Amino acid sequence: MIKVTIDDVEIEVAPGTTILNAARQAGGDIVPPAMCYYSKLPGTGGKCRTCLVEVAAGSAADPRPMPKLVASCSTQVMDGMIVKNKTSERVHENRGGVVEFLLINHPLDCPVCDQAGECHLQDLGYEHGSAKTRFREERRTYAPIEIGNKIKLHMNRCILCYRCVHVANQLTDKRVHGVLHRGEHAEISTYIENAIENDFSGNMIDVCPVGALTDKTFRFKSRVWFLKPMEAECACEKCSGKAVLWMFGNEIYRVTARKDKYGEVETIDDKTAWICNDCRFDKKDTIKWNILGPRKIDRHSVISQGKYATKNDQNPQLLR
Amino acid sequence: MAKKLLLEHADVPGIASYEVYRKHGGYASVEKALKSMSPDEVVEEVKKSGLRGRGGAGFPTGMKWSFLAKPEGVERHLVCNADESEPGTFKDRYLMEKLPHLLIEGMITSSYALGARRSYIYIRGEFMYVLQILEKAIAEAYANGMLGKNILGSGYDLDLVVTPGGGAYICGEETALLESLEGKRGNPRMKPPFPAVKGLWGNPTVVNNVESIAAVVPIVNHGGEAYATIGIERSTGTKLISASGNLVRPGVYEIELGLSVEEFIYGDDYCRGIANGKKLKACVPGGSSVPILPHYLVTKTANGDQRLMTYESLADGGFATGSMLGSGGFIVFDEDQCIVRNTWNFARFYAHESCGQCSPCREGTGWMEKVLYRLEHGTGTLEDIDLLEQINKKIEGNTICPLGDAAAWPVAAAIRHFREEFEWHVKSPQEAQTRNYGLIQTPLEA
Repeated sequence: MIKVTIDDVEIEVAPGTTILNAARQAGGDIVPPAMCYYSKLPGTGGKCRTCLVEVAAGSAADPRPMPKLVASCSTQVMDGMIVKNKTSERVHENRGGVVEFLLINHPLDCPVCDQAGECHLQDLGYEHGSAKTRFREERRTYAPIEIGNKIKLHMNRCILCYRCVHVANQLTDKRVHGVLHRGEHAEISTYIENAIENDFSGNMIDVCPVGALTDKTFRFKSRVWFLKPMEAECACEKCSGKAVLWMFGNEIYRVTARKDKYGEVETIDDKTAWICNDCRFDKKDTIKWNILGPRKIDRHSVISQGKYATKNDQNPQLLR
Repeated sequence: MAKKLLLEHADVPGIASYEVYRKHGGYASVEKALKSMSPDEVVEEVKKSGLRGRGGAGFPTGMKWSFLAKPEGVERHLVCNADESEPGTFKDRYLMEKLPHLLIEGMITSSYALGARRSYIYIRGEFMYVLQILEKAIAEAYANGMLGKNILGSGYDLDLVVTPGGGAYICGEETALLESLEGKRGNPRMKPPFPAVKGLWGNPTVVNNVESIAAVVPIVNHGGEAYATIGIERSTGTKLISASGNLVRPGVYEIELGLSVEEFIYGDDYCRGIANGKKLKACVPGGSSVPILPHYLVTKTANGDQRLMTYESLADGGFATGSMLGSGGFIVFDEDQCIVRNTWNFARFYAHESCGQCSPCREGTGWMEKVLYRLEHGTGTLEDIDLLEQINKKIEGNTICPLGDAAAWPVAAAIRHFREEFEWHVKSPQEAQTRNYGLIQTPLEA
């Protein structure tokens, strides 16, 4: 085990752990935000740059600080490493810059976006964003794309985290989905708008940190915070059958996988509990489910009303 | 005239063919290395020579080679980075076009030093005709037993493959190059692991610039120590400089490192001064991604020393008053050139070439391009100049690969040294437009 200090919290982790995962093991508010890293999908991370942290001392053997901010999701800890996340003004400033970059072309259509209330970009914008945009140009826009008959892609809202590409690569058997073009014009697409016909394609919706990929059986039905999340299970041949039902009265509005406080699908019985498209899109009747009880939503987001605290509240010295 | 190590025979008729090249002492380094030296001895010579990477970063080549992991039973690779796409840099193309066998000779000697049995030349997609020249030369080398099985009876086997890219600047970044070579989308990889540990197909790999590999030939022929006597301090050997812009005689020059910048611009053996009797306004000494220098910092450093063509002297003063030798793309601007327009042009290039993988570069380069477009076309505001500076700071150092830095540095330097010209564009848009597009020249303020 090796010792690492993150924001004055000392923890011991296994060698090879990344800074982000070490912080998650310690828990609390020292955990950097992550828009693209997804622990259940190998190969993700490093792209969004929101998890940048300052390394004040590289290791006990070589205590020099690292000159650049590093992506905590892809940097492994060393024995004696000292990491600064919320206590570093530089991190605060540069993370604010990254959030600004992510928002310059992102539409401010939260009032009509189905992701509102559970959107990671909303959380980030709330914590690090500024009230006004400095972007005077026209935002880049794309026409929405139908991905099969159950999923809709709003490329305007996409932040190119590549998570859904990894789902397509790792969970589905026939990959027809990836990134086209480059730079500012890069876009997620199914090549020539091929429909993704696969039992697990719906998980792309769950991994999407923003409202780019939405569930067509749920679109515009309700705001998520009006719904009551219930833990439920069913006997499913294809998947774990362990899901969360989002209900209004006795009616099931939508079905998602069980997600933890980092927005990642939970590991149940040593397996990532991805759910299949049958469970997600077609089982909208309560008799098909065994409802276990209400689910507590752990993330600080609009759903957990009244519990929202910003990083600025916790660190008044960083407030500008 | 200075000593030429690489381009000595560049003008010999028919030097691109195997016979003529061999007649002029070609492939001597292969014979010397394979017959009388061990691979480690070759690496040692390169270390002694002090050769630094000629692609732009200037990292010592010998040290890079010694970092190569050598696990038992795992193949190793040498990849030549011939994806030369930096605006203002055209030395590798010239070298490959004129002396294809020099690169092949360097590849054989270097591959032998590294123990690579299969080496690659990744060439820029636009250089299709150069690819044909190289393929012809490689076929000749195979036919004459310089490539293939049991080269010169030494028992060393080497296959050399040339692969064209699709024409993306980003594939000049070594990990993006490896991705592209593997047939994937050319996105840079997260580092660590570095290519020296996990590179092409997951095997340990060294990626070197064309000129670095070619420089191994004289190093092996004459010895590392002899090579190190050329140049000053840690900048040893000769370097190809691609001079372009408003010069009397632009072109590719092989210089001894340590030549003064003044001599290079005005000397009779080199560029012979600024064209049409104009005055020097600014200079980008190392390709479009290095900071621009205003005329008073080109030939002299900030503390009055003479500026030399070395890695250290050009970087003297840091980014505040210095620049970088970079890839040697020496771009000179005369008094009529517009810095704002040029900066916008560079920014447009980087916005177009960003791979779009990480957010600061994807969004930031595009944003900078748009703001600079506004400034150049007369609709900018004074706040835009500060905004540019701030965008810059948020990109620099926060990206996966150095493209973000390369996009940020020239803009930052242009604003640092030519803020007045930016302000003039905002305050007198009409005049600026007339000067840049109406072909009416306005006198330059000193």
